[in-house]
Amino acid sequence: MIKTDILIIGAGPTGLFAVFEAGLLKLKCHLIDALPQAGGQCSEIYPKKPIYDIPGFPEVLAGDLVANLMEQIKPFQPGFTLGERAQTIEKLEDGSFVVTTNKGTKHNAPIVAIAGGLGSFEPRKPLLEDLIKFEDKGVAYIIKDPEVYRDKKVVIAGGGDSALDWSIFLADVASEVTLVHRRNEFRGALDSVDKVQHLKDAGKIKLITPSEIVGLQGKDKLEAVVIKKTGDEEEIILEVDNFIPLFGLSPKLGPIGDWGLEIEKNAIKVDNTLDYQTNIPGVYAIGDVNTYPGKLKLILCGFHEATLMCQSAFQRIFPDKKYVMKYTTVGGVTGFDGSKKEAPKAVVKAID
Amino acid sequence: MSDIKIKIVDREGVLHEVDAPTDMNMNLMEVVRSYELAPEGTIGICGGMAMCASCQCYVKSDHELPEMSDDEDAMLAEAFNVEANSRLGCQIHMTENLNGLVVKLAPEA
Repeated sequence: MIKTDILIIGAGPTGLFAVFEAGLLKLKCHLIDALPQAGGQCSEIYPKKPIYDIPGFPEVLAGDLVANLMEQIKPFQPGFTLGERAQTIEKLEDGSFVVTTNKGTKHNAPIVAIAGGLGSFEPRKPLLEDLIKFEDKGVAYIIKDPEVYRDKKVVIAGGGDSALDWSIFLADVASEVTLVHRRNEFRGALDSVDKVQHLKDAGKIKLITPSEIVGLQGKDKLEAVVIKKTGDEEEIILEVDNFIPLFGLSPKLGPIGDWGLEIEKNAIKVDNTLDYQTNIPGVYAIGDVNTYPGKLKLILCGFHEATLMCQSAFQRIFPDKKYVMKYTTVGGVTGFDGSKKEAPKAVVKAID
Repeated sequence: MSDIKIKIVDREGVLHEVDAPTDMNMNLMEVVRSYELAPEGTIGICGGMAMCASCQCYVKSDHELPEMSDDEDAMLAEAFNVEANSRLGCQIHMTENLNGLVVKLAPEA
């Protein structure tokens, strides 16, 4: 069981900044995120796009903002459970919560802060009959262990970076890699497109474009896919062991919607007059995932909400302690790793 | 006069005739959201960067639309339920020549 002071669900900018504000109050944080990396939408959807409304940054790339936040919170040694989705919440007799992920990892904390953005990112599934039936029986949307595909016949569908990158990677692992895309053009890093071209010329990747997978065949497990070329009535039946559709991810509020929280317009209702607490005392919702009158889904608003949430969390954990907010310029930043940052002292010296 | 009339068929098939301002730098996705014609969180997920296809719609009238950017074209190549008249709502800016535009929202995918 992972124990912490504030368990943050969602490692996007709001969740990451909460670690900093909690750290100033000497509270430890642990973050859970369904994606394999921190940063939320900033890392997953638009890392190379600029943001212009982060106070003090006339322009910052979303990916750089995440890198900066990670650097800022490093002294507070946050823990991470990545690639797992928060599934259930349970309240213990001592008032603390246990949050369990879809992979069974348990986390215990007196405070839960949901910074889940638009929800956890789930793979977008193509609309194919029997797709669900073949899941884990030849069909997978995420490649966890590439060794599964060793000496197998694999077909990948999609036209973005992940389809290109995995085709390149699996070309050396699988016995046969076929890439199917609705267009002749691919959207990806130039380097990846070139590599696929090279592997195609070398006969290591088979490209079938412009075409689409329109059917799946097999008895107990996937045995073949049906491919239809655009503008061609004839269907190609391709014998395969594995089908990996890579059509990106879309966020879903998911299991959090069943935690007994008050939900309005796909978001969690919170008390914005005070501390962004939900209808469950001890559970807060900050950033894009919450809603209240006048709510704006902006990163800068998430930062503010995270800050007030931490103050309230501190009071819940230490009801008898008095706390006076100190400016970082005055108090410095003392990390849990022993590091200390502080403003340099002014020199007081007479001038002759 | 800077408002235009557009007709939007929502995902349940209900037709809405709405006024869309042309002087607010708004796109079709934002018009749909401002009238709450699709639930929050199911449209405009990427905020209008042509990176999620949650605002895909079918254009039913023969208005001249802004040309498709490479980003929009590539996104539609990966989206589901795409038809010949599919566009991303976030890439269609409200301009006076779009008065009378008729669109249907694509299913949520």
